[in-house]
Amino acid sequence: MDPAQIAGILKQGAVPTSWYLALSAVLFVIGVAGFVLRRNIITVFMCIELMLNAVNLSFIAFAHEHKQVSGHLFAFFVMVVAAAEAAVGLAIILTVFRNRSTLNIDEIDSLKN
Amino acid sequence: MPASFSPSPDDLLRFLPETILIIGGTLMMLLDPFLSAKKPKMFGHISLVAFVAALFATVAANGVPGPAFSNLLIVDGFATYFRVLVISIGIFAVFCSYHYLDREKAETSEYHALLLFSVAGQGIMVASNDLIMIFIGLEISSIASYVLAGYLRHDRRNNEAALKYFLLGSFATGFLLYGIALVYGLSGSTKLNEIQKALAAPDASLVMAGVAAALMIVGLAFKVSGAPFQMWAPDVYQGAPAPVSAFLATAPKAAAFAIFLRIFMTGFQQIAASWEPIIWVMALASMCVGNFAALTQKNVKRMLGYSSIAHAGYILVALTSRSEIGTTAAMFYLAAYALMNIGAFAVVIHIGGKGEKYVRIDDLAGLAKKQPFTAAMLTIFLLSLIGVPLTGGFFGKFYIFRAAIESNLTWLTILGLLNSAVAAYYYLRLLVVMYMHEPSEASTVLEPLTPGLRTALVLPAIGTVLLGVVPNFVLGFARNAATFGK
Repeated sequence: MDPAQIAGILKQGAVPTSWYLALSAVLFVIGVAGFVLRRNIITVFMCIELMLNAVNLSFIAFAHEHKQVSGHLFAFFVMVVAAAEAAVGLAIILTVFRNRSTLNIDEIDSLKN
Repeated sequence: MPASFSPSPDDLLRFLPETILIIGGTLMMLLDPFLSAKKPKMFGHISLVAFVAALFATVAANGVPGPAFSNLLIVDGFATYFRVLVISIGIFAVFCSYHYLDREKAETSEYHALLLFSVAGQGIMVASNDLIMIFIGLEISSIASYVLAGYLRHDRRNNEAALKYFLLGSFATGFLLYGIALVYGLSGSTKLNEIQKALAAPDASLVMAGVAAALMIVGLAFKVSGAPFQMWAPDVYQGAPAPVSAFLATAPKAAAFAIFLRIFMTGFQQIAASWEPIIWVMALASMCVGNFAALTQKNVKRMLGYSSIAHAGYILVALTSRSEIGTTAAMFYLAAYALMNIGAFAVVIHIGGKGEKYVRIDDLAGLAKKQPFTAAMLTIFLLSLIGVPLTGGFFGKFYIFRAAIESNLTWLTILGLLNSAVAAYYYLRLLVVMYMHEPSEASTVLEPLTPGLRTALVLPAIGTVLLGVVPNFVLGFARNAATFGK
């Protein structure tokens, strides 16, 4: 296919909304799986960010479907919150690393009965 | 509807409590360089003034009920009830913190600013009428709480509590947000009343609504520490500084339950048949996990953490009954729960000593001989946690189980009552240690009760007893609020 043809397909909206939603669901599941399975705190944190971005994709897809602008705005809100969360989260991870010199989540288990 | 960029005076008045809290917090950060070294206690006073002003603003806002900012926020009885509750918890938290921060030689300005921001977020949560506003309020509250949980940054326990709270809290937010996205896709709106309309339509996709509700339940269950999403709670309440644990165990939980009730009793009421069984199981699991795990704990803070899971279970019973009586019961229980928990944690702050060395149950030994007043206060809170008559805890449980019976949840009621009997064991154990055991090392180094902590003990104790003797005042307000303006 030449570029003009591809552009034509995109213009007609040939990629249905459900594909975007499926991609979003897959990304979300990858994020959840990573959160549960990975042991490095930074990687775990990145998985949370992946989950939030998967949700953003859903918001945008739905906004396109409903022909509304509000869905796009929600994505911006989510981005702002994710940035604030990253600032606080990285600071917390930094203090943990300073006190314990490890980023393995299994070694941070001093709180118990 | 034409959009107007200048909010009306009524809109501003309806948002005044949060405005005051945010201005107070910002002011503290500005004053930090000038006052921090000279008058560290000043920030506690500023925080108190801001909280009390916000309390008055809440009452003033209640005088002009209605939606604000194109229906993003709504001031109704329900919002006012929970605003008063979270702001009062904020006031108690300030009284708990004066001496603690002094003892640990911690910065006061940031602490109180974060406290104000967190309560402001909770105020937004309980007054929002829109899923996106709920999300923003929740995050304002949570992000401030993550920092508070790890406030003493050189303490390893604080670090660990903050990390666990942060990771699991953000994880839960992801689920809640995905649920919101699906609801938006389904109904084309995030406003709760429009969602309700969209779900009532005959062609609504109920399967997708069910999936969205399930995702939101997962997110909210994390926030209210309902089983099986409770694992963070004991660790965080044990590891965080004791005044922060007192705050985290009450205010964010009350606000999270408020949005739980609002979303599921208005927006998702149409599909109640699909979410009721999930909440049923969660309620039972929370009560069992919380109570049975609490039996074997040695650390008082950790035990209170497990007990808070059990109490979340009782409140979920009220939600399962999905009636106005159930909502009223949940609201009343949250108030009683907040008072008795703050009080119990205040005693832990007092006996803990520098660096929180003495927070095991055995450290309570001989407290009654050394400081009969403190012991008497803790007795009131423990009796209320058990649910003994003449305390707020008793009426809370009574109304919840009555609501459950009226909604034909006989089995859940029976299992819940059996659970409260189990719970009596571990609360009574504290009383036995306190009154009957010989004084321990902790009681020999015990400091006299400071005025701040004394206030943080007496006010919740008075509240607990009042809720138990004259419950009708609070109950009547909650009953009117539980209709969500219908």
